[in-house]
Amino acid sequence: MSTQVFYFVATLSIIFSLMVIFAKNPIHSVLYLILTFFTFTVHYVLLNAQFLAVVNFIVYMGAIMVLFLFVLMLLNLNKETEPVKSPLIKIVGVIAGCCLIVTLVGSFKAATITSPLILKNPGLGLVENLGKELFGPFLLPFELSSLLLLAAMVGAVLLSKRDEVEA
Amino acid sequence: MDTGFIIEKFILVAVIFGISLVIAMYSTYAERKVAAYLQDRLGPDRAGPFGILQPLADGVKMFMKEEIIPTTSNKWLFIVGPGLALLCACIGTAVIPWGSPMVIGDKVIPLQVSDINVGVLYIFGVVSLGVYGVMIGGWASNNKYSLLSAIRAASQNISYEIAMGLSIIALLLMTNTLSLKTIVEQQHGWHWNVLYQPLGFLIFMVCSFAETNRAPFDLPECETELIGGYHTEYSSMKLGFYLFAEYINMFVSSAVMATLYFGGYNYPGMDYMATLLGPTWAPLFGTAILFAKIFFFIFFFMWVRWTIPRFRYDQLMNLGWKGLIPLAIANIIITGVVIAIIEKF
Repeated sequence: MSTQVFYFVATLSIIFSLMVIFAKNPIHSVLYLILTFFTFTVHYVLLNAQFLAVVNFIVYMGAIMVLFLFVLMLLNLNKETEPVKSPLIKIVGVIAGCCLIVTLVGSFKAATITSPLILKNPGLGLVENLGKELFGPFLLPFELSSLLLLAAMVGAVLLSKRDEVEA
Repeated sequence: MDTGFIIEKFILVAVIFGISLVIAMYSTYAERKVAAYLQDRLGPDRAGPFGILQPLADGVKMFMKEEIIPTTSNKWLFIVGPGLALLCACIGTAVIPWGSPMVIGDKVIPLQVSDINVGVLYIFGVVSLGVYGVMIGGWASNNKYSLLSAIRAASQNISYEIAMGLSIIALLLMTNTLSLKTIVEQQHGWHWNVLYQPLGFLIFMVCSFAETNRAPFDLPECETELIGGYHTEYSSMKLGFYLFAEYINMFVSSAVMATLYFGGYNYPGMDYMATLLGPTWAPLFGTAILFAKIFFFIFFFMWVRWTIPRFRYDQLMNLGWKGLIPLAIANIIITGVVIAIIEKF
């Protein structure tokens, strides 16, 4: 049953991510992106990674996408304000897309299909085990990435702060 | 999965859903009565004795009103908005333990729909999702007041979610678990978390006022500036959905506060009552106690609404970012240090 659910949800993920690209209205695009993230959450649950599922839910669906929506609503993009792209850019885009497809197909063909990977510990995704892994063997990378986030945050605050002299 | 399990859960879900709707319905009545009491008026008293049928009359009115969808609105999203708001409000009840497991015959029935081991985070996720209903509805109305209100709601929710999450972290440092069931069981009898985390509770409560868009933080619905706020363009039952969602949110956050900080279904002397009432009725008594706590918090929400005037928007943001977040971080540090000292000696 889990396999059928997986295929169903995977189909939905692909449909929604295609809709993100094909939707004319940027707001609709973001809403489809939210749905896509929701299907990802279901994928995590199917993988028994509850913590990752909930974090994906809170951070991506609940926070980041709200900010996306926020900015787009403020911009109020319309069809009229959208700049008309020249045919040259369209041709360049098509060629770049084709190159990407060729590269992807090549790399996937090279990858040999191995037997399915089976986790030694199926409860790895639960909060307790994840915490032990993160704060045990992976402590240094974990702390380093948090430092990176802190640096980004300080940078963002600095950028948004008005110049004291001007004000 | 056997059929009995599904039926059992289905009945539980249906009962909880029904209770939430009834409580939301009568919260509107209670709100008006509380407002009347605080302002030295009588309040609704025409429909039935003490106006007890007023919510029914309001409900019928809501259903019967003409439904208007503005021509310039985005029709599909205009309909999705209120639906999403109500949906997000209702699904929060799934992880709250409503009582200790009940024994009927030789069957043990847990009075909780689902005990997932990330229960606290689930609640948090549902809360953060709740803003979409408001945002989508406000944007789809294609009205600048609605849009402004939607944007206010979004920024308010994001800001207060941070302080709320931080205040929960201090609690989690003490409980060592994310499962709501275990958190409640740890508060057996008198060991309520509010006694150990008073500051955390205060921050959490202020944040839940902001998350539910209740006064003094009801800036998204600020009439003097924004007409009706995000539901300016709504009429009929779609408006009803938004209003309902607000009251259900209030109910759910009261339940979460009671569960996390006020011991849930625990009360002093519960062991004695358990032997007195037996394993079937004692859990139900605990549930009644939990509901008493929830009703107190709902009353508290209303009490504050009719006592404290609305904040200004910059005051709201200052309180959130410069007041509550540093306070919550200090709370985490103090809690961590105290726990470390206790464990050392």
